[in-house]
Formats: sequence, structure tokens, C-alpha cells
Amino acid sequence: MGLMDFFRKKSTSDIAKDRLKLVLVSDRASCSPEIMERIKNDIIAVLQRYVEIDQQGLDIKITKTESDAETGSTGPALYANIPIKSMRHSD
Amino acid sequence: MSEVIVVTSGKGGVGKTTTTANLGTGLAKLDKKVVLVDTDIGLRNLDVVLGLENRIVYTIVDVIEGACRPAQAMIKDKKCDGLYLLPAAQTRDKSAVNPDQMRALVEELRKDFDYIILDCPAGIEQGFMNAIAGADRSLIVTTPEVSAVRDADRIIGLLEANNIRDNKLIVNRLNIDMMKHGNMMSADDVVEVLSIDLIGVVPYDEKIVIATNTGTPLAGDGTIVGNAYMNICRRIMGEDVPYENLDEKKGFFAKLGALFSAN
Repeated sequence: MGLMDFFRKKSTSDIAKDRLKLVLVSDRASCSPEIMERIKNDIIAVLQRYVEIDQQGLDIKITKTESDAETGSTGPALYANIPIKSMRHSD
Repeated sequence: MSEVIVVTSGKGGVGKTTTTANLGTGLAKLDKKVVLVDTDIGLRNLDVVLGLENRIVYTIVDVIEGACRPAQAMIKDKKCDGLYLLPAAQTRDKSAVNPDQMRALVEELRKDFDYIILDCPAGIEQGFMNAIAGADRSLIVTTPEVSAVRDADRIIGLLEANNIRDNKLIVNRLNIDMMKHGNMMSADDVVEVLSIDLIGVVPYDEKIVIATNTGTPLAGDGTIVGNAYMNICRRIMGEDVPYENLDEKKGFFAKLGALFSAN
């Protein structure tokens, strides 16, 4: 990060750019809501074998991630925030 | 050798038709023989932007249906030698033409012109598919706004899916004052988001509105906007034209910033 970045307040053009980058990631991934729903249900099914999850608080979406720390290039990532109510103990 | 270029954007109202009119005028002023084809059937406007609305006899649909020859439908520009317009039909709709017919028409026009520039309708439906059918390359027009850039990204994806690989970006209506204050994305910002090559930046200027009022394109008239269009024309022809320095202040700070970042 350069010295100039440190002093710079985030401008609305920067906000526009950041929002665009995010929205384009999901646009380009062309992940339909049906597929997202199926991914979500499969993840729930697997996790529920081990834990009890809060299905209301579940948040799954396509976002972006820095796939290469050196070049700073970004790629799509599946972001999942799954609150756990309690652990299931089989024994 | 002739080239077929489609001017497209996805979003409406970003300046496709104005860009088409100005690039046609500019290329004709550079001694090229150019035909502008309005493919926006049902919502034609290229004729009024060029000031040729009173001269239309036949349209693109008449040519495609064989009611007349292309030469009969084409209108010679009032001021520019070597510039012609093939107008769209106003009383028909997009379904009057299909991509195969467009491809055949464009092949026919290649015989007589250096550049065939297709003004694409907004949207991604049949009108868009018709317009890109015969194109060798594209110019994507966007404004530095979130909605226009998002639609441009979608269009780039569709062009590539249809095997049009030479796609260049025109950033239109850049408000330099707003950009300086950080309230509008710069051309570099848009290029970074879309990861596509830039071919030109056209600053916002009230003169464009005035030019459209009278139906006289600005390309090559010595104004800043007119020069921006001429530079795009030269780049289309393959010349390496340096970019106008639209923001000296930012240029200075960017250099200063780069100096600090390097350490």
C-alpha cells in the first residue's frame, strides 16, 4: 500500500468501483438462484449430521476473494456464514 | 479490405447512436468510404442525429425483403463525402430481420465500403443478435456509471460467446470535474473493472446536445469532443494515437502516489 492510499478518504467513485467488482463476480459466475438453493440445501444436509444449525441465520452467497496474494488477482468464492446452535455428540 | 464494426452497449441512452454518427463522420473525413447501418428497427434515430430524416425513401427492411437494391436505400450524407446511411424501418419491429439476413446484407455492403458501422439497439434480445451477426469487431460504449458498466460487462460476455473477440471500450460522457473530485469513475477505473482494452474517452460536453438539436456531428470540427472522436477513428484505423490528458491534476498526484508506492 502506498503512502497516498493511507491519506485518501474513500470517494464515491471508489465505492462505485468496489460495488461493481462485487456485482460482476456474481453476474459472471451466472449462478442461478435454483443452483444456490441446491448448494445451500446440500451443505445443510451434510452439516446436520454433525451439528444443529440455525437455518434462519444462514447466509450463503457468491463473492470474490484474492486468489493470488502476489498479483492481487481475484476470483469468485463461495461465502457461507452458518450459525451453529449446538454440537451433536454421537457418543 | 473492409471492416464491419458493431457499436453496442447493453444499456440504452449511453450514446451509441451519437458515437456511431460521429465515428462515421470522422472516418469519412479521413477519406474512408463508410456506411452507417441503423439496426434499431422500430426505434430509428441515427437519421435524426445525422440530420437526414427528411431523405428516407427505402429502409433496411426493404433491402432485406428485396423491395429495393441497397444503393437505392442508402442516403448520402449532406456534408461528408463518402458517408452513407442505411436507415432502419420505423413501422416494423426487430422480428422483421434475422441474423442470417443481416450477415448476407453486410457481406453485400463489404464490396463497396471500407467501414460498415452497425448501430445496435439497446438490450440483449433479437435486435442485438441481428446487429452482431455479421460483425468482425465491436466498440462497446459505456458511461462511467454503475448501471452502464454492469450492462457493458454482460455485453462483452455475449460478444465473446458469439465469437467476436476484438472488443474495445469507449468511455462516454466522462465528467472531468466530477472525476477530479472523486465523484465519478475515471476511464482507468472502468477499464480495470471490465478488463478490456480502451479505444477512446469522450468527455461530457453540452455541445453534443446542441449538435444533436441541429443534426450535425462534431467529429473533426476542432472541439475537444470532436477531437476525441477523431482520435478514436484513427485508433480504429490502427494508428497509435496518444491519449488526451483529461486530468492534469490527477496525473500529477497519480505520479506522486506512484513515487511513494515504489518505495
